[in-house]
Amino acid sequence: MNAHKSLLQAARWRPLELAFWVLAFVSPWAVAQHALIINEIAIVALFAVSLDLVLGYTGIVSLGHAAFLGFGAYAAALFAKHIHPDPLLGLCVGVVVATLLGAVCSLSIMRGTDLTRLMVTLGTALILLELANKYSDLTGGADGLQGVIMGPLLGKFEFDLMGQVSAWYSLTVLLLFFVLARRLVHAPLGGTLKAVRDNRLRAMAIGVPVASRIAVVYTVAAGVAGGAGALMAQTTGFASLDVFALDRSADVMLMLAMGGVGWLYGGIVGAIAFKLMYDVIAGITPQYWTFWIGLFLVVLVMVGRERLIRPWTWFSTKRQEGAV
Amino acid sequence: MLTLLFDGIAYGMLLFILAVGLCVTMGLMNFINLAHGAFAMLGGYLTVALMQRHDVPFLVCLPLAFLVSAVVGVLLERTLYRTMYKKPHLDQVLFSIGLAFMAVASADYLMGSQQQIMQLPDWLRGRTELFVDSPFVLGMGHYRLFIIAVCAALTVGLQYVLSATRFGSRLRASVDDPRVASGLGINVNVVFAATFAVGSGLAGLGGALGAEVLGLDPTFPLKFMVYFLIVVAVGGTTSITGPLLAALLLGIADVAGKYYIPKLGAFIVYTLMIAILIWRPQGLFVRQGGKS
Repeated sequence: MNAHKSLLQAARWRPLELAFWVLAFVSPWAVAQHALIINEIAIVALFAVSLDLVLGYTGIVSLGHAAFLGFGAYAAALFAKHIHPDPLLGLCVGVVVATLLGAVCSLSIMRGTDLTRLMVTLGTALILLELANKYSDLTGGADGLQGVIMGPLLGKFEFDLMGQVSAWYSLTVLLLFFVLARRLVHAPLGGTLKAVRDNRLRAMAIGVPVASRIAVVYTVAAGVAGGAGALMAQTTGFASLDVFALDRSADVMLMLAMGGVGWLYGGIVGAIAFKLMYDVIAGITPQYWTFWIGLFLVVLVMVGRERLIRPWTWFSTKRQEGAV
Repeated sequence: MLTLLFDGIAYGMLLFILAVGLCVTMGLMNFINLAHGAFAMLGGYLTVALMQRHDVPFLVCLPLAFLVSAVVGVLLERTLYRTMYKKPHLDQVLFSIGLAFMAVASADYLMGSQQQIMQLPDWLRGRTELFVDSPFVLGMGHYRLFIIAVCAALTVGLQYVLSATRFGSRLRASVDDPRVASGLGINVNVVFAATFAVGSGLAGLGGALGAEVLGLDPTFPLKFMVYFLIVVAVGGTTSITGPLLAALLLGIADVAGKYYIPKLGAFIVYTLMIAILIWRPQGLFVRQGGKS
């Protein structure tokens, strides 16, 4: 088989994937009482897919991805409140605004070590948090932005209390961005991204324009995260300061680590697992659930992230290499 | 004006003592440890608990805080941290954030979520004012003066150990290039374990000293993690003067920012950090020659 064919083979949709998406879209109808949580999962899954583009495919450790989520959320909420209540327009505004922010911020992550990038991304999220806190006339400050009332979707479907419409809306947007991301990582562009991740110096040596590649993927990922934020604000009718918080960025990183980085379904699987785990643990000990999350993280890293999602390697004695 | 500067210096010195262990571990093993604040919290809680429940004098608590944090640090290093050095940075970040989460929840469980109040001994309360009649009034809280004195003594001590003792030269060699250092017969693992212990101990001591100034509650490790990391990222990891200057800069900028523009205080610090890091990604004060 030649290279062209094998690459095409890798990019082809598999029956299992189609089955997964069909299942996802049937779920708000089949288990209608859980539609709200399905909506939440779809939103954080979108957020995790966005981080996967940056972290899993390009190897940029970001601890401030919530900056774009929050920016999109506030943009969509403010748009709905002051300009027009149509959800789709609001979504576009959220995506566009976050994309612009991402383009600007991508300049800040070009240089330096992992630590420097960690700090710069974290700092960006914290600056936005401070700004949102400061301009409380616009954002509502610590009380959050209230009174966001959304119009019906496509002029027909009102958002209901059960959350079915929101769940389908979020799932559709998730699928849309997922297909986009899937195209992106299987395109030659995606190949160069992986090259940058694996060895920046060699990528540069074979003529990959590293800086512009990083800028492109960071900008796209920011837009996707902004979309997730817009969905979050629209379906809850609320935006609060905690969308910028460190916990958000840490949680999404955990989800991605649970599902597996450098694999688009990793974000989705991780989001499902994380939300379910959170529900169970927070049901048992609402106050101390962070302890169990922390313990889980430590154990996860100790046994190796790669092994958790591949149960068949648990009992093999072959040594695993640490590097991803 | 001068008072602000004074408070800023006290704050900066405290940050330096808290973060210096982190700088050395990061420089030595290239390990991103986000759980460093947990050691500081341990020292703080230990001091508060000893003073409140067992009436141990403050000055006895400080060395105890140092010792206990150091012992816990070396235990954790031997059992958990060791396996992490070779792993990618993402793993290290996840691992240490997990530890920090666990520390936060444990502190909440053991000590309650409220802010702890520290009863200072009488001789540390009060305040001396100099130049009262001139426009540059300098008001010095006695406790802050004490902090500056302790931290300055520690800094001088650290600098002496690093630059003039055999252990110091081994440590510097290991930071510059661990592989060559071990080739020269330096047991880098032992050097690292000792440094980790001292670093955690200093964090514990800083936590004990700072419990009154910084405030102590279970979210301490996450709240101040950013500040420690700023000190490390801006100061660089190759020397001890870099982090010191970075910590002083951060302390003064933070205190002054919060005083003059209360609502934008933290904003200034973060903006300054991003600007500095974009300008000099390896940190402001990097020594040439070492392996960065």
